[in-house]
Amino acid sequence: MTNEAAAAADTSGKTPVIELRNVSKTFGEVRSLSGVDFKVYPGEIVGLLGDNGAGKSTLVKTIMGYHRPDPGGEIYFEGQRIHDWSVARARALGIETVYQERALSEKQPIWRNMFMGREPRTKWGLLDVTKMRSESARLMNEHMGFTSAAVHPDNVVMTMSGGEKQGVAITRALYFNAELVVLDEPTMGLSLTETRKTLDFVEGIKKAGKSAIFIDHNIFHVYPVVDRLYVLDRGKVAGVFNKSEISMDDLIARLYRVARSGSMDEEKAAS
Amino acid sequence: MTTQVIPRPQDNRVAPPSFLRRYGSQLGIIGVGLAMWLGFVAAAPRVFLDIDIYKAFAETTPLFGLIALALTFVVITGEIDLSFPSIMALGTAVFCLMIKADMPQWLALVAGLATGAACGWVNGALVSRLNIPSLVITIGTQFLYRGIELVLMNGTGVPLTPDKYPVLTAVFTSHPFGVPIETLWTVLLAAVLWILLNRTRFGAHVFLVGDNPTSARLMGVNAVRVKTLAFMLVGVMAVFAGLMTSFVGYYFWPTTGDGFLLNSIASVFLGGTSVFGGTGSVIGTLVASYIIGAINAGIVSAGINAFYTQLCFGLVIVISVVLQTIIERRIRRQSIGGR
Repeated sequence: MTNEAAAAADTSGKTPVIELRNVSKTFGEVRSLSGVDFKVYPGEIVGLLGDNGAGKSTLVKTIMGYHRPDPGGEIYFEGQRIHDWSVARARALGIETVYQERALSEKQPIWRNMFMGREPRTKWGLLDVTKMRSESARLMNEHMGFTSAAVHPDNVVMTMSGGEKQGVAITRALYFNAELVVLDEPTMGLSLTETRKTLDFVEGIKKAGKSAIFIDHNIFHVYPVVDRLYVLDRGKVAGVFNKSEISMDDLIARLYRVARSGSMDEEKAAS
Repeated sequence: MTTQVIPRPQDNRVAPPSFLRRYGSQLGIIGVGLAMWLGFVAAAPRVFLDIDIYKAFAETTPLFGLIALALTFVVITGEIDLSFPSIMALGTAVFCLMIKADMPQWLALVAGLATGAACGWVNGALVSRLNIPSLVITIGTQFLYRGIELVLMNGTGVPLTPDKYPVLTAVFTSHPFGVPIETLWTVLLAAVLWILLNRTRFGAHVFLVGDNPTSARLMGVNAVRVKTLAFMLVGVMAVFAGLMTSFVGYYFWPTTGDGFLLNSIASVFLGGTSVFGGTGSVIGTLVASYIIGAINAGIVSAGINAFYTQLCFGLVIVISVVLQTIIERRIRRQSIGGR
């Protein structure tokens, strides 16, 4: 069944934006990922589900180049095998992430956070601080609709609320016209309206023909917006589903099963 | 996301942070400086209303102030370098040995500065690649570099007389337009370092790495490179100051650098650079270094026992660090209470 779903996706004939083949990641004696195969096609929203410790964040950080896969694992971007995968490389190719921990620099003003790691420069090679400030102000107001007094580009991030911080992290991923946006638990700790805004943002990615990987504990957030779903369990891919082939109830039942038994199929779980 | 247009209060959404919050620490330093100056003028008007004392400041402060400017970068990345007094001596020693080996003076100068860069690279690589606390490893390298220098020089000094080094003497100690060149160098290099910190990617990454190294790495900032470069900057600047110190005194002492540590570090912290990393200012360090210089000279001129200088430094460091911490906590607490 796992293979069927993967095959179904393959028949589209498109080259995946990103593909991981046989990726494992070991930290000391802990194996966080083992032999993971993972693909995202252009214009596709892929959901990533799994319990705490299933390896979701490790997978995301491997995709982003923060973790280097163990020898034997391969990473392909638009069909090209990439050997020197790094965060800077991944971002240069158009992969952006909204991290669970937000990856902000709390003591820095918004404009420094907005352009972290890819600061614009003038023709003299110096930082274009004017642009950083004005662009940050525009983005915060136009895209995230911030109205609060705290959201001046010169305000330091630690004075902002949780939702506002998330706004900075999301706007930062959105602004740079990413081909693939990774959202790692983006709705965690957000209010209802903020959550709505975040889910609208995911829909917006799809409308723009871009791809996304969406990770969330809340299956009711994930299921409606995704095209395909990966279920991770103890570092392994326990199942891949096209959304058209599985109902939400069925998916929930399988998730319970995998959490208890480590297998998604009824027969194996029963035996 | 509906397209409904809800009128928003246009003016309140762009309220900038208050002037006091943005420049509070800098204003504080300038205030402290002014108050102290007035105090010294009141205590010893004859000395402090005479231009000579200011010329003396302008010659001696840069010797430790220059290093403090570079050290600001390292402190912003959340690290510290205690080995620079030894780098001052080692780099100058290499300069002297190159001269002794009949190398041209410019080549000796380059070799000296390169030694500083190499020492900084070793510090930076050990700190950033192996994650060794800089406080510990730079105590180690402080002894290491001093040891190498003492062995190389066999503990002897070298005279650096103006007739043998006319150009370098003019470069490091002269009075163009009646101003000590040491201070001209300091102002020039402070301007260059201000641009480096505030207007380059490297400078931006210095702040990011010091603020939250994990976030910086997640966003593709090469923390190892940034920290290593910051330590190398201190190394080069230390040798520059070491050469200046030696040319000012016409003699290279193997003990060069002793007594600089506290002055430079005090300048950085008094200048408002956070002990926790992530924030700091070159201008703050520049002003603070002259305040520290003034304490030195002022206490003696005011007729107070010189033993009080140590006491004064201690107070300055402790008070400035405590104040910084209190200010930062206040900002954070406000954020917990919903801003």
